[in-house]
Amino acid sequence: MEQKAKKVVKMDMKQYGMFFALIAIYLVFAILTKGANLTPMNINNLIMQNGYVVILAIGMLLCVLTGNIDLGVGSVVAVTGSFAGIIMMDLKGNMWAAIAAALLVGILTGVFAGFFIAYLEIPPFVTTLATMLMGRGLTYTLLQAQTKGPLPASYNFIGAGFLPVIKIPFGDGTLDLVSIIVAVICSVALVLSELKSIKTKKKYNFAVNPTWQTVTKLAVMLFIIWFFFYKLARYNGLPFVLLIMAILIVIYAFITSKTVAGRQIYALGGNRKAANLSGIDTKKVFFWVYVNMGMLSALAGIVLSARNGSATPKAGDGFEMDAIASCYIGGAAVAGGSGTIVGAVVGAFIMGILNNGMSLFGWSTDIQKIVKGAVLLGAVTLDVLSKRKKS
Amino acid sequence: MSDNIILEMNHITKEFSGVKALDDVNIKLKKGEIHALCGENGAGKSTLMNVLSGVYPYGTYKGDIIYKGEKCAFHNLKESEAKGIVIIHQELALSPLLSVAENVFLGNERTSMKGVIDWTETRRAAREVLARVGLEHEDVNVPVNTLGVGKQQLIEIAKAMAKKVELLILDEPTAALNDEESRKLLDIMLELKKQGITCIIISHKLNEIEYVSDSVTIIRDGKTIETLVKGVDDYSEDRVIKGMVGREMTSRYPAREGVEIGDVIFEVNNWNVFHPDDENRQMLKDINIKVRAGEVVGLAGLMGAGRTEFAMSLFGRSYGQKISGTVKINGKEVHLKTVKEAIKNKLAYISEDRKTYGLNLIGSVQENMTIAARPFFFSKNGVINANDEIVAAEEYRKRINVKTHSINQVVGSLSGGNQQKVVVAKWMLTQPDVLIMDEPTRGIDVGAKYEIYCVINELAKAGKAVIIISSEMPEIIGTCDRIYVINEGQIAGELSKEEVSQEKIMQSIMAHNRKGDEDGTEG
Repeated sequence: MEQKAKKVVKMDMKQYGMFFALIAIYLVFAILTKGANLTPMNINNLIMQNGYVVILAIGMLLCVLTGNIDLGVGSVVAVTGSFAGIIMMDLKGNMWAAIAAALLVGILTGVFAGFFIAYLEIPPFVTTLATMLMGRGLTYTLLQAQTKGPLPASYNFIGAGFLPVIKIPFGDGTLDLVSIIVAVICSVALVLSELKSIKTKKKYNFAVNPTWQTVTKLAVMLFIIWFFFYKLARYNGLPFVLLIMAILIVIYAFITSKTVAGRQIYALGGNRKAANLSGIDTKKVFFWVYVNMGMLSALAGIVLSARNGSATPKAGDGFEMDAIASCYIGGAAVAGGSGTIVGAVVGAFIMGILNNGMSLFGWSTDIQKIVKGAVLLGAVTLDVLSKRKKS
Repeated sequence: MSDNIILEMNHITKEFSGVKALDDVNIKLKKGEIHALCGENGAGKSTLMNVLSGVYPYGTYKGDIIYKGEKCAFHNLKESEAKGIVIIHQELALSPLLSVAENVFLGNERTSMKGVIDWTETRRAAREVLARVGLEHEDVNVPVNTLGVGKQQLIEIAKAMAKKVELLILDEPTAALNDEESRKLLDIMLELKKQGITCIIISHKLNEIEYVSDSVTIIRDGKTIETLVKGVDDYSEDRVIKGMVGREMTSRYPAREGVEIGDVIFEVNNWNVFHPDDENRQMLKDINIKVRAGEVVGLAGLMGAGRTEFAMSLFGRSYGQKISGTVKINGKEVHLKTVKEAIKNKLAYISEDRKTYGLNLIGSVQENMTIAARPFFFSKNGVINANDEIVAAEEYRKRINVKTHSINQVVGSLSGGNQQKVVVAKWMLTQPDVLIMDEPTRGIDVGAKYEIYCVINELAKAGKAVIIISSEMPEIIGTCDRIYVINEGQIAGELSKEEVSQEKIMQSIMAHNRKGDEDGTEG
């Protein structure tokens, strides 16, 4: 009897709290800027400007799950970008060689940091503080403190290009049908996956959410999808960066929730000693988390240099802080063992929307930093206090 | 006569959420005596000392503490220390990287003006108190961790002396010491006695108690049983043991019926292990054990005897270095270099400390249950089959009665007994043939204990080999078919179910200790 009574569970509101925060901040700035952040061009800019932070936040989440951070990512972004630039500009190599070289350099920096952290047990904070300094110094040396550019247009496409479009006249402008088709596919996939999940839960006799909650959740998500894709369709269609982000989010959400390796990171972050005694090679986990971070930093380096059309010695300065803040704002625990990819991505967008909104409103970057710091502190304080109340 | 009494604790009763840890305990100390406190693990000795020193503040217990003729109401350690009562715990409270002198005055600093440390005075005074504990030649400027454990223990005592101690409480002071160091410490205690300091010593080593103490109070199940006085009562080890364990066995252990004991499926031969930080210190010496299918075998011994170290060294070499010896599971020799290999070869180990070594406290019940078995049973090509995991976790939740709202509940919010059941489920899910359970019922209530014993019976019935490590002798006697007594890293004896008793176990330990002492003096 008791089992039957519990077939219906309430939705975990904390999980959706970040989404509400995201929407609320967006709406506040929509009012403050009198709709300037609602324009199709601005939506497009939000994606392109935040692409690299999202990529870094995804990798950083894995580090944060272990209870640590990687301070070196901003420097690795700069180093990998400068390698790509040098290969294309000085060595006249093609784009693919540049991309391959950048990724390889990124992975090597990850192997370097991972080796010290996992096998020599040097604290990650110290190791990555060192890679941060070394990477920045290496970049200045490689580029002789000068900007290298302009990079070839084919390379620029990665950071600033759009997917193919089918434009039709619509209202006072045009509408891209490809974006609309993708929106339809996303909507159908979303509804189907929700139905499938309910079906599985019923089959295994698990508890399900009340219908009205599921419907509300779906309605809100469908609205966001359509708002978003409609705006992009009104501009130049889907940015290539969006495709990269989407692929990464899907892959890493899958790894962290559905694979043995992914869950081992959570087990390690939750209790390293217990993880060891459960048959998990925690050194190996540490090593690969940092190698992965190196690789994603390289990807971010490629996207950034492609969007800027140049490799600069100051590239990626402070990105590590944005990525770390994204994870914490997105609900990851500072002590490790808890957090999600989607949370980190939402966290990155909260940071992005703040930046974007404040710029449009005319606040200087100095003021922006103060606000971002306050938001980070506020978000983590809220999280910690709510957990304390529970226990 | 009464002015000769320094401390009286009358009718002390202390409850933890309805369970009486101390029940009308009475104890009287004469000024300048060494008074021993004896009892099994969990009898309530430490609780009593925590009441005395104010760790459990006045008001959270019933009864009176009369110290030097004055009724006391301590709210914290500071208040009892101000009266000259100092407790030294088993785990040393020294700051390892600070100097000897600084440690002696930790929390009691010698200052010139407010808050500024007078280093000259600190060093001079440190030398003075160190001389009183036989460390007059020690360099007070070296970090404390450069000294051996024995000397560190003496520094703890010096630290107490610096606080003008009148009543010194030592909780298992010799547990981590070798015989020579122990002897030295006991002699220092006798020296302090001459200086007029009263001592309470808690120890499991009855030969030490016989040597050093003037009287002994025996506590069993939270009650004072008796007080024996040297020179008046029979003061032999056997007499003390009888007082400690003289308890009737009730049916706290479910009967194991219909179990067929089969062939030997787990065998360890000539197992030698050295300390992980000190390659010359041998922790386990030539251990040989055999366990049959369907058999429940106990490893009895005192704390620090090396039982946990033995289990962990078997389990993927999680403890120690320079490990040698052979392990056979199901007749086949196996080399278990990692925990993963151990699990793969059907060995499981449930650690003694579930919070530190057993659970991810922020993880869900389901996640904790399936984490160890996942690579073997719940995944394909590295991808988890989430539905199988949920089904398995649900099954075990019902089977061993884990009381939780759902398998998604965070483990940290469960009670100790239910947390322990989650750990047990975790290791049952790895489908082991050999299961080592280290203190499987530590800190859990009677009901949950009974359920864990039922699980043990079920495992035996299924033809598994179960090894139980427990410091509670009644538990080992009540659940095991056969018992190995381990002492100081060696097998001190083997007892069958028919011949085992608490006295027998203690006697094997004592006999082994004596043998060790004799060997030591000869060598």
